[in-house]
Amino acid sequence: MRHSIIRKPLLRKYFISTDHKVVGLQYAVTSLVFLLVGFLLMLLARWQLAWPGTPVPLVGAWLGEANAPGGVILPEFYNQLIAMHGTIMVFLAVVPLAVGAFGNYLVPLQIGASDMAFPRLNAASFWLYLLGGLVMLAGFVAPGGAANSGWTSYPPLADLATTGQTVWLAGMLCIIVSSLLGSVNLITTVVQLRAPGLTWFRLPFFVWAQLVTAFLLLLAFPPLQAAALLQGMDRLAGTSFFLPTGLVVSGQAVAAAGDGSPLLWQHLFWFLAHPEVYVLILPAMGIVAEVIANNARRPLWGYRTMVRAALFLGFMSFTVWAHHMFLTGMGTVLSGFFQATTMIISVPSIVVMTALLLSLHRGSIRFTTPMLFALAFIPMFAIGGLTGLPLGLATTDVPLHDTNYVVGHFHYVVAPGTIFALFAGIYHWYPKVTGRLLHDGLGRIHFVGSLVAMNGIFLPMFVQGLGGVNRRLYDGGLQYAHAHGLAGLNVGMSYAAWLLAAVQLVFVVNLLMSLRSGRMAGDNPWQATTLEWTAAPTPPLAHGNFASPPRVFHPAYEYSVPGAAADFTPQNEEVG
Amino acid sequence: MAEWLPLAASAEAAGIDAELGLVHLLMLVLFIGWGGWFAYLLVRFSRRASPRASYAGTRGRVAMAVVALVAVTELTLLAAVSLPAWRARATSVPTDPGATEVRVVAEQFAWNIHYPGADRRFGRTALALVSPDNPLGLDRVDPAAADDVVGVNELHVPVGRPVIVYLSSKDVVHSFTLPEMRVKQDVVPGTLATTWFTPTRTGRWEIACSQLCGLAHYRMRGIFTVDEDAAYVSWLGEQAPFARTAPAPGR
Repeated sequence: MRHSIIRKPLLRKYFISTDHKVVGLQYAVTSLVFLLVGFLLMLLARWQLAWPGTPVPLVGAWLGEANAPGGVILPEFYNQLIAMHGTIMVFLAVVPLAVGAFGNYLVPLQIGASDMAFPRLNAASFWLYLLGGLVMLAGFVAPGGAANSGWTSYPPLADLATTGQTVWLAGMLCIIVSSLLGSVNLITTVVQLRAPGLTWFRLPFFVWAQLVTAFLLLLAFPPLQAAALLQGMDRLAGTSFFLPTGLVVSGQAVAAAGDGSPLLWQHLFWFLAHPEVYVLILPAMGIVAEVIANNARRPLWGYRTMVRAALFLGFMSFTVWAHHMFLTGMGTVLSGFFQATTMIISVPSIVVMTALLLSLHRGSIRFTTPMLFALAFIPMFAIGGLTGLPLGLATTDVPLHDTNYVVGHFHYVVAPGTIFALFAGIYHWYPKVTGRLLHDGLGRIHFVGSLVAMNGIFLPMFVQGLGGVNRRLYDGGLQYAHAHGLAGLNVGMSYAAWLLAAVQLVFVVNLLMSLRSGRMAGDNPWQATTLEWTAAPTPPLAHGNFASPPRVFHPAYEYSVPGAAADFTPQNEEVG
Repeated sequence: MAEWLPLAASAEAAGIDAELGLVHLLMLVLFIGWGGWFAYLLVRFSRRASPRASYAGTRGRVAMAVVALVAVTELTLLAAVSLPAWRARATSVPTDPGATEVRVVAEQFAWNIHYPGADRRFGRTALALVSPDNPLGLDRVDPAAADDVVGVNELHVPVGRPVIVYLSSKDVVHSFTLPEMRVKQDVVPGTLATTWFTPTRTGRWEIACSQLCGLAHYRMRGIFTVDEDAAYVSWLGEQAPFARTAPAPGR
């Protein structure tokens, strides 16, 4: 039954397959590459922030005369770097890794299905995503460079921007269609293909998280798709959906019909982009819940409460979008509504976090490498969540809006938050995929280094933001007297970014090295209860996963059941 | 908290800073509370200290009661502090007849400052009249425009009286920011926005743009000066009224 993943003809196995595991791995490898690309763009930008106007060492000469003459990054190029960093990280790296990779690979295995409901749709979803990603990158060679209006692409700036913005819109359309195909597929799979006995409340929490995420993507992306088409028409077909009457740019009247509304874009964009935050967070919570239950050796506390919290979170995430827009001139009633929903949506997050802590209570905690990342997720996400509080209240948002405080806030949610959860997932399920464990010592170096470096980068952003230092400033704020004392922090933050890069190198080495030389895992190295470990061989069978269709008899996390022979009871263990 | 923030130099700043301090205090209490419990759990229930896990676990009543308490605290904060503060901040334009009124028109990458002059009426503007020497398109025919004062990147206001700023943008979204006044207002082209503040001390600070507005966004900086009344009046007197600014040759 043991078969290596390296033997079969490469092309057949890894490129034109519709097996959900191959599609999942395609997503995983591609999104990890994009994660690296997005990070490298930010390393360039962080050089400029720490040492404005000095030539970028080593790679400076390769950036092109139009972008960085003599290796010194120009403002135009800096704006491309930050716009593409945000876009790539959200749409091409973190979400595809959390949803495309983890969702695709694990959901069918965890529900005892032999594949996704629509395998070809699944493959199409990946190829569209890859196409979207390549289109996005192609922006860098467009006249005037890549998109430079921020990942939010607010018009009129984005309507009037260089060709790169059109390329960005084209890329987004591919990514959105890819996401829609993927989410329809996942929803159908979970609804239709659960193994006999796998009732809704026996589903692993991870599957619930993926299911809610799929609904968010399905319902929130179409408005942005429409908005992207409208912006594309503004740019190419002379429409004025987002262009008001009477624009004068650089002393020249803009030739447009006018009567459009720049705010319409902001509403459509954030109608997606706020649920998108929960698209980033829910799968992370799902992974962390799996890893914590497994390593605390006891059932998740309040499993049903957590599921309800996740459903409520998903629902509420559609009602908070305009808290990104308090300062656009919002009155008391509207801002009151969005402040109230924003306060309310914090409650299910706190419930999930508290339930995770309660799951540790009276457990027997193993500090494995995946567990370290999963545990660190909790306080890091907490910082991200708590700093959302002054931003979600309109009055305190006034001094903080569009400062580095906001940047620190959402990076704590996504970087040491979601990305730590994704790391936990990679360490936890790598043996499922490859049959071998990742090296533990290297994993711990990766963990400690990442934890220190992430905090070194993002914690000072709160200090800068409180001091009034705005985000998206090419020189980190040196123009402004109020920022002078705080711009110096950028040096330390950039050193922390190099440290983060160095420890990611350790991670990449570990990923590659362990493919051949990692310790053999056996079928169930973590002594887990869920079907992917207990019913499928490691690695699972190509096209089919299971030697025989599994039947489920137990809830997802039957750890340390009194009277049981082992401290874990597999979901498919027959009741004797 | 105050030492982390820019100097507070407006009547509105105190309220915002107090709320900011209160919220951060709450955040700190929650983080330390949860963090302390988290650390305790990791030590007390590590495999070494707790070799066998309990299937039943804990009932978690206290923890969930705390969650409910946090929810109530957040909603109280919203209802008792934030909503009234926002109503005062966003909808109660000062009616003080002594208020200073000024138009600020943002463009890539400058702040056009427009004072109404002695008649306290802003002159008519028109898109067609916009030219390099008349960036606002003020109408030379309109008598109200004659005594208007138009400048760039230099905002002067008198101390101790409300200042009302009428904001608009010629091109893209900007965000008018006076850190020391705790003022920040997005300026969306096609819409007029109004913000106001009452400076409580004199000083020379900056106008910042907080919304990405293009390649020179980072240096879309203006000078913001709060003067004693007399100094403000004399500064305004030194500025040429619009009627005496010469149109460029050939017009």
